[in-house]
Amino acid sequence: MIKHESIETNAGLLIALTLIVVSIGGLVEIVPLFFINDTIEKVDGVRPYTALELRGRDVYTREGCYLCHSQMIRPFRDEDLRYGHYSLAAESQYDHPFQWGSKRTGPDLARVGNKYSNEWHVAHLVAPRDVVPQSIMPNYPWLLANELDYSDIQDRMRALKMTGVPYSETQEEYDSNLAQFGKVVADQLDILRAEENLLTQALANDYDGQRERVTEMDALVAYLQMLGTMVDFSKYNEGYFVEFR
Amino acid sequence: MAQAGMGSTLQYNYEIIRKFAAMALVWGVLGMGVGVYIASELAWPFLNFDIPEITFGRLRPVHTTLVIFGFGGSALFATSYYIVQRTCQTRLYSDWMASFTFWGWQAGVALGAISYMLGYTQAREYAEFEWPIDLIILVTWVLYFTVYVQTLRRRSQPHIYVANWFFIAFLLVIALLHVFNNLAVPVGLFSLKSYSLFSGVQDAMTQWWYGHNAVGFFLTAAFLGMMYYFVPKQAGRPVYSYRLSIVHFWALSFLYMWVGAHHLHWTALPDWTSTLAATFSIMLLLPSWGGMINGIMTLSGAWDRLRTDPIMLFLITALSFYGMSTFEGPLMSLKSVNALSHYTDWTIGHVHSGALGWVAMVSFGSFYHMIPRLYDTRLYSTRLVYVHFWLATVGIILYITAMWVAGIFQGLMLRSFDDYGNLAYTFVETVAFLHNPYMVRALGGLFFLVGIIVMSYNIFMTIRMARIEAVELEAKLAAKMARI
Repeated sequence: MIKHESIETNAGLLIALTLIVVSIGGLVEIVPLFFINDTIEKVDGVRPYTALELRGRDVYTREGCYLCHSQMIRPFRDEDLRYGHYSLAAESQYDHPFQWGSKRTGPDLARVGNKYSNEWHVAHLVAPRDVVPQSIMPNYPWLLANELDYSDIQDRMRALKMTGVPYSETQEEYDSNLAQFGKVVADQLDILRAEENLLTQALANDYDGQRERVTEMDALVAYLQMLGTMVDFSKYNEGYFVEFR
Repeated sequence: MAQAGMGSTLQYNYEIIRKFAAMALVWGVLGMGVGVYIASELAWPFLNFDIPEITFGRLRPVHTTLVIFGFGGSALFATSYYIVQRTCQTRLYSDWMASFTFWGWQAGVALGAISYMLGYTQAREYAEFEWPIDLIILVTWVLYFTVYVQTLRRRSQPHIYVANWFFIAFLLVIALLHVFNNLAVPVGLFSLKSYSLFSGVQDAMTQWWYGHNAVGFFLTAAFLGMMYYFVPKQAGRPVYSYRLSIVHFWALSFLYMWVGAHHLHWTALPDWTSTLAATFSIMLLLPSWGGMINGIMTLSGAWDRLRTDPIMLFLITALSFYGMSTFEGPLMSLKSVNALSHYTDWTIGHVHSGALGWVAMVSFGSFYHMIPRLYDTRLYSTRLVYVHFWLATVGIILYITAMWVAGIFQGLMLRSFDDYGNLAYTFVETVAFLHNPYMVRALGGLFFLVGIIVMSYNIFMTIRMARIEAVELEAKLAAKMARI
């Protein structure tokens, strides 16, 4: 039987044993998540973000929205009534980083897309208490004033591509996206056409109500209006998702 | 206390400890000040003033970074450098490396806070530092580890004292967490923006493995190291049970690393992972209470010290809050409780009963013990230590009570239905309910902030007094020499 004294008198041994003891938990809980196939549900419709949505998401993280808004609906009756179908792992599979959040000072946003009009979002973001008198959210008037900087959009998409998001640069990658997502989405995922796509989406939808300008508001509202809308839940029966939990 | 005389100031590197201790108080005042401000923003949202840099979303990471890494981190550097030198009875290895850890750490904290206000963040809680700052922290940490271990190896005792085991575990785990949780791809070499390497469910698991073990090893194991030195020293008695310290050290180190996923109950994380985390969270109660009992029972037979020694009062109260929050933690990790508590202010209250009650209180007690010894003097005012103690205690009680009320009632409101099966409350009705608890919370925070300001004044005057005494002593010596 090894005496504890031999550990206490040997710094190297103490360090080595501690390192072993603290490594086990993480190895057992994290590593399998990358390899167990059922971790992420097999579901149609989830795609990487368009260039404009991506910049909107960057604004979302910059302002620290995740500190008050979760994007993770739990499988409870009240949350189902309030927010909609519980969130799937598949729905955040392209989220670098994940935005599940840990605190709801405001409501969950996982399925906020298409619930309100663009005009409502703009009015609410500029001055929340104009729309919801009891709200404690800060005003974000600068989103409407700031022109959207999309000069490095291609670099941003390339960085995400390195993490595994299927944005395409070569014909081969484009074809693979074509097969997986169809033409409309594959075009949006083309890094070389990012600026053009971003401008087209912003100007065509005019999220911020200022037709001639592309602002940070355009990007953020585009992102919010997409949230939770990718999966068509009417195509699946409820038992299907339970298999993955 | 012969060693505390002039000899030890030369024998040991006290200069580095003085610097870290001073910065701990500076960051403490700033970080808690920001905390009171953002708490007020939630009660009175006009305080956001439409200024991007000071909106809640950008200031909240400033608050957490300044208090955890600025205040807590600097306090740990200071006390660990003190403890490793005193328990090994040897001087700190390499003055320049120690000095680098000081400047590296302060730079990391300051740059982090500024960058969040400017909108640069990794958007990972408690790991918001963007990649260049992560690299500064990494280099600093490697040097910290080197200094610490090399000092251990120079020890003049065969045994490594128990406090150092905890610091070793802390050094190793924080290195692991920092590296793996911050894996990211920068947008460019000259861009501060990066995207995390992992996504979705794996990213969530990695982040909360980080998040909870930052609590477990930064805010718990390391502060237990602090406790294992300063409680016996201040009490003038040996640690209650040597055997218990061995058992709870290994159990704590092993079990903590499993529990992070209890932050992800009922999410898209697979059930097996969160169930495993809940199970280990409940087991974790045992080593946590092992540590608490070992600390509190060290005072066994000398309980009267609590009547006469305000420093002991700080240390024992800290251990009591440690015991309370490590009971509350496993409770909240039960899936049924978590279904109500998660996403509410109950979590915020829980964190603060640990952070204010345990981490800050044990640091205050240790500083009141250590700082006079660093300057070879006595505290400027014991009465002000009492004032600080009561301000802090009342502040914590107001804070956590307000958060219990806020969290539990909001949780209940959100899940209540009317007779027709519809939701009884809209979300914003629960927000309106939170106004009163939020005001009380801000007030509690203010008490705590005033407390640390009183402490800073007391410490400042202690150091000033020490300087004056030293000058007078030199003058007397010089006069004596002149007469000869």
